[in-house]
Amino acid sequence: MEDRNLTYRVPASKLVEIAKIAAPYRDKPEHLMKVILQSQEITPVFSEDVTAVIAREMNIPQTQVYSFITFYHMLYTEHRGKYVIHMCQSAPCHIRGAEEVVKAIEDLLGVKMGETTEDNRFTLAYSPCLGVCDISPAIMINDKVYGNLNADSVREVIKRYIREEVA
Amino acid sequence: MEEMKVLLRNVDKINPKDAYDYAKAGGFEGLKKALSMSREEIIKVLEDSGLRGRGGAGFPTYRKLQFANSTENDTKYIVCNADEGEPGTNKDRILLSKDPCAIIEGMAIMGKAIGAHTGFIYMRGEYTYLREVLYAAIDSCKENGYLGENIMGSDFSFDVKLRMGAGAYVCGEETAMFESIEGKRGEPRYRPPFPGIKGLFGKPTVLNNVETIANVAPILDKGADWYRSMGTEGSPGTKLFSIIGNVNKRGVYEFPMGINLKELIYDYCGGIADGRGLLAVQAGGASAPFINKDQIDIPLEIDYVASSGGRLGCGTIMVIDDTNCIVDMIQNNLYFFKEESCGKCTPCREGTTRLYELVTKISSGRGKMSDLAKIRGLGETMANTAFCGLGRSATVPVESALQNFADDFEKHIDKDFCPVCDREGRVL
Ligand SMILES: Cc1cc2nc3c(=O)[nH]c(=O)nc-3n(C[C@H](O)[C@H](O)[C@H](O)COP(=O)(O)O)c2cc1C
Ligand code: SF4
Ligand code: FES
Repeated sequence: MEDRNLTYRVPASKLVEIAKIAAPYRDKPEHLMKVILQSQEITPVFSEDVTAVIAREMNIPQTQVYSFITFYHMLYTEHRGKYVIHMCQSAPCHIRGAEEVVKAIEDLLGVKMGETTEDNRFTLAYSPCLGVCDISPAIMINDKVYGNLNADSVREVIKRYIREEVA
Repeated sequence: MEEMKVLLRNVDKINPKDAYDYAKAGGFEGLKKALSMSREEIIKVLEDSGLRGRGGAGFPTYRKLQFANSTENDTKYIVCNADEGEPGTNKDRILLSKDPCAIIEGMAIMGKAIGAHTGFIYMRGEYTYLREVLYAAIDSCKENGYLGENIMGSDFSFDVKLRMGAGAYVCGEETAMFESIEGKRGEPRYRPPFPGIKGLFGKPTVLNNVETIANVAPILDKGADWYRSMGTEGSPGTKLFSIIGNVNKRGVYEFPMGINLKELIYDYCGGIADGRGLLAVQAGGASAPFINKDQIDIPLEIDYVASSGGRLGCGTIMVIDDTNCIVDMIQNNLYFFKEESCGKCTPCREGTTRLYELVTKISSGRGKMSDLAKIRGLGETMANTAFCGLGRSATVPVESALQNFADDFEKHIDKDFCPVCDREGRVL
């Protein structure tokens, strides 16, 4: 993981796009979250070069940008796949069969929680409560929520992503 | 007691993105009245209503407004806490997605009450998919003259902005939320100064939970006496309860304050799923006590629950059936706090980790009786010395479990077989 992170280079064209997002907020550090969330739609990972561009354009220390990113667990400093599968780890999902769902996902994709598939498409991550406990156990794939899962239904959901059938 | 729809009145009846639809259903009447009242008159109505915070401590809402109103400053803020990070809680999501105009109206009334012209809604990153509905509602309120310059032809102007979180439970703490909105790590601030004097961007600020704010417009519209006709003397009004876990009918329900917990579970929510027995209930979110099946015959009301060592807080009721194990539940609970501790202060950063390790030791059959004493000692230190509410109350669940389920901990120390903790290939 570490190596991949260090070698990840964001293409120059994307850095230019990120600079464009950040530039209007020069000397307005309160817009850091907005800039970072928009940048995250362009780059999968906040590598050193990305944080440097944001810091330069907004005129704030790079350490501040980096410490901000590492604080929030939906902002990523490590490489992740196209689809991040957030598996809810909180108690209401735990007592309704989250474990069965975790095992089914791990078996289907051949990686463990916290890892990314070889083809860079899926990252498995635990998350605290997703706020949809009335349909626990639940997962979120990028921005989409799926609930009332069991081993069979979660396999069906993920297969649709493998086939790229989800809009 | 009957289910009663005050806050949920518009759910699936109006188009949440359309302020005009909301107005047709009786919306903005509270704001209209507030616009012709003085600041003190608005605050007085809220005082008479007895409205108390629905997000945590049950603090009287009018007091926060009074405080911020009496602080002189040209710039003041209203913040709506839509972080809803408490595991098991999803009531604010219902209000945000089904009736956002009611929240906007409440914020505008509160703005009028203290002389604030800007409100922020801070919403958790996990609710990114609700952004669209909120932006649409804000825009629609502006187009229809319920937000922006000279609201409804008055001399009062108010704007609402949306700010997103990105995954951090502690950002639900009010001062941490200010830090996050200011573009920093969401670490709690030292208090005093209190937010009513120096809050967001150093300005007087009133922060309330989504549900608290949703109560404001109906109170202004229908009056304090009407509000007091529901609920109890000390906790007037209705409350949203997120009822989840091993119960037949899960969901968000609205009942008058004071409803009996046992009735709620068995009469309204169909009892325990799959015909199993009840092991425990955790009422009030992740930092609430675990109580056993003989302790659930209680009224859900702010003061009563507080007097028994809990917090009605967000009104989350987690029902746990007897196929679960309390030691396993506590391990899961402490894992959450260990992960969400922001790390600013030592008692919480170290304490949550050590508590988790001690309980893990017990669940895996390596515990000693002296570990129980260690847990109690550590818990006491944390409760007394942690910097914010997270570290101070993270010890409540484990301590309540040691008290109410002492046998279960001892059985694990005795290495008796546990069908949950001793399962092959167990994952947390
Ligand atoms: C660690 C921590 C997390 C919190 N999370 C939330 C939350 O997600 N939503 C919320 O409304 N209040 C939360 N609170 C309580 C707030 O700090 C604050 O008391 C509350 O939002 C005040 O609003 P109210 O008076 O309307 O209840 C949290 C407190 C702590 C200490
Ligand atoms: S108690 Fe925990 S969450 Fe609160 S400031 Fe200390 S470390 Fe951070
Ligand atoms: S506990 Fe899993 S979604 Fe809330």
